[in-house]
Amino acid sequence: MTEKPIKVLVSKPGLDGHDVGAKIVARALKEAGMEVIYTGLRKTPEEIADLARDEDVDVIGMSILSGSHIPLCMKFKALWDGHNLGTKMWLVGGNVPEKDHEALKDLGVDAVFNTRSNLDDIITYIKENLARWPRN
Amino acid sequence: MAQELKSKFELPKGVKPVFNDSGIEIKPVYTADDVNGHANGNGNGAESELPGQYPFTRGIHADMYRRRPWTMRQYTGFGNAKATNERFHYLIKTGNTGLNVAFDLPSQCGLDSDDPRAEGEVGRVGMAIDSLRDFEVAFDGVDLDAITVSMTINGSAAIMIAMYLAMAEKRGFDIKNLRGTAQNDILKEMIGRGTWIFPVEPSVKLVGDTIEYCARNAPNYSPVSICGYHVRESGANPAEEMGYAFSIAKAYIEETLKRGLDIDEFAGRLSFNFNVFGKLFEEVAKFRAGRRLWATILKEEYGAKDPKTMWMRMIAGGGGFGLTIDQPENNIMRGAYYALSAVLSGAQTIALCCYDEAYTIPSPKAQQISLRTMQLLIEELGLCDTVDPLGGSYFVEALTDEMEAKMKAVIKRVDDEGGIVKSVAEGRVQDYVSKKAFEHHKELESGEFRKVGVNCYRVDEDNPDVEFHPSKQEDLDLQLASLRKVKDERNNAEVERTLKALREAAKAGDNVMPAIMDAVKAYATVGEMTECMVDAYGRYEEPITI
Repeated sequence: MTEKPIKVLVSKPGLDGHDVGAKIVARALKEAGMEVIYTGLRKTPEEIADLARDEDVDVIGMSILSGSHIPLCMKFKALWDGHNLGTKMWLVGGNVPEKDHEALKDLGVDAVFNTRSNLDDIITYIKENLARWPRN
Repeated sequence: MAQELKSKFELPKGVKPVFNDSGIEIKPVYTADDVNGHANGNGNGAESELPGQYPFTRGIHADMYRRRPWTMRQYTGFGNAKATNERFHYLIKTGNTGLNVAFDLPSQCGLDSDDPRAEGEVGRVGMAIDSLRDFEVAFDGVDLDAITVSMTINGSAAIMIAMYLAMAEKRGFDIKNLRGTAQNDILKEMIGRGTWIFPVEPSVKLVGDTIEYCARNAPNYSPVSICGYHVRESGANPAEEMGYAFSIAKAYIEETLKRGLDIDEFAGRLSFNFNVFGKLFEEVAKFRAGRRLWATILKEEYGAKDPKTMWMRMIAGGGGFGLTIDQPENNIMRGAYYALSAVLSGAQTIALCCYDEAYTIPSPKAQQISLRTMQLLIEELGLCDTVDPLGGSYFVEALTDEMEAKMKAVIKRVDDEGGIVKSVAEGRVQDYVSKKAFEHHKELESGEFRKVGVNCYRVDEDNPDVEFHPSKQEDLDLQLASLRKVKDERNNAEVERTLKALREAAKAGDNVMPAIMDAVKAYATVGEMTECMVDAYGRYEEPITI
């Protein structure tokens, strides 16, 4: 019996149209054996939360390069409990200055990756941390 | 003799061949043998080509920069119309000779600033536009005859073009003489960049509406600038960038021909936006080949008679994807080389990316450096003195021919697959370029593709935190207050009437531009007009191919 693959939602919240990075990450995770759902552009936090719940993903990834990461993540955080997202892993990637990383982590984001991050770093982070999931 | 020379320079055994980014193998040396016997669109050899003459390989004008240097059109816009107006005046004072307007994402996606979907995004990546009032403020004090305005707007372009024309008219300019450009290339927006609104077919129809309307009413305005630029940013190589752009341009031409216009009545106002980064000679050859191929297509396929119709007019953008967030000062040097590439290529207009543009809206200082970079080329380096200075180089001429062949192959592949509209609707182009972006990224990570400061020549302290352009709450408050004021002061019965007419025109499949003009003049908002069209056209659904 083969192990169930890690299921990842790669999402594009808000109006930001930069999708090159999100698609690269989606392809890399797939190549690494994960099951990937790419949402396409311009999803509302509600649509992403619905998908994460309905598809029961292990990891919720968000790609944001417009600078709107704080308001978008605040909106998403407000939906977390109502959608029973529980212990799912929450990752944000894109163009996020260091000084905002803490604020995102305070909202519950598990890790922030930027445009410099290596694909292997993202893959390793997901695999290693999910192995000792849930948090706490 | 040439044969002797050549054998001397044959690649020694074991030396890896070199390819440019379009996949063309580059020889260690080129001789007359590489250009002799070549046939261009004219049926003549390269040696007989002249700038200003068909097929325009060497330039669309005979005198190019001797008459006038390229237009310097730096990209800007943020916050609200007032903040952007101040930056416009700063840029004009610094030597910008054209404007290139950035809109915020809600405006690009057809949403008003008070729409819940716009929350957190108003004024962030460009200026917020809700109604004609914002255009009046944004261009206050700008002489629209002296400074041409280009608008980076796509999904909502029909509305923004109408607002620009209505604003100019109100200020007393005759729109018959008004020059300017809108990006308005929705197919490339579906391939990359992503500010689409309506489904593929009505979107292409809407582009046709703007071309037809402008051809009949504002014949000096360029309603479309087809962007290979973003296709390249999404993963295409230089030859594919131009090949796809021509396929897209052909789709708009065919849509417009259906309206009964003659090719010479509108195609001369189509322009292009191409990317400049990477290999210098490949870029120069790309533009030379592109000019020749485009002229040939217009003449041979569409029967254009006016030479102006055959011009590949273009803005060269240098070059978002080439810039790096690592060691950002290196981007100043990159920008200088990109500007040099664009000038050696004969660009009519250049928008040079700023060194901080890999991560933020450029600072005034960064914009000044970009402008000075171009001014140095004009004032100190002698780049304006002669046209197409690389013409006649064995290497550049041979590469021009090979790039042209690559572009033709792209266009043929698209045609064989049923045309660009179908390919985009099915997500085929998106899938293709995204796969290439993935492959390229892996080469970057492995170091196979060298990038200075990224995968070579790194030092430990290379990752300073980046400073973002501040997004001010007061700009947002001001925008919302201004929108409320417009809604209070306008004649709402007139707004209702014009919106109803727009909805009906859209449903009837008519050209909606006259109805949009009426609604704009009644101060209907971007969101209100967009919703009328959504009622008729529906919304785009992105094909997901991953």
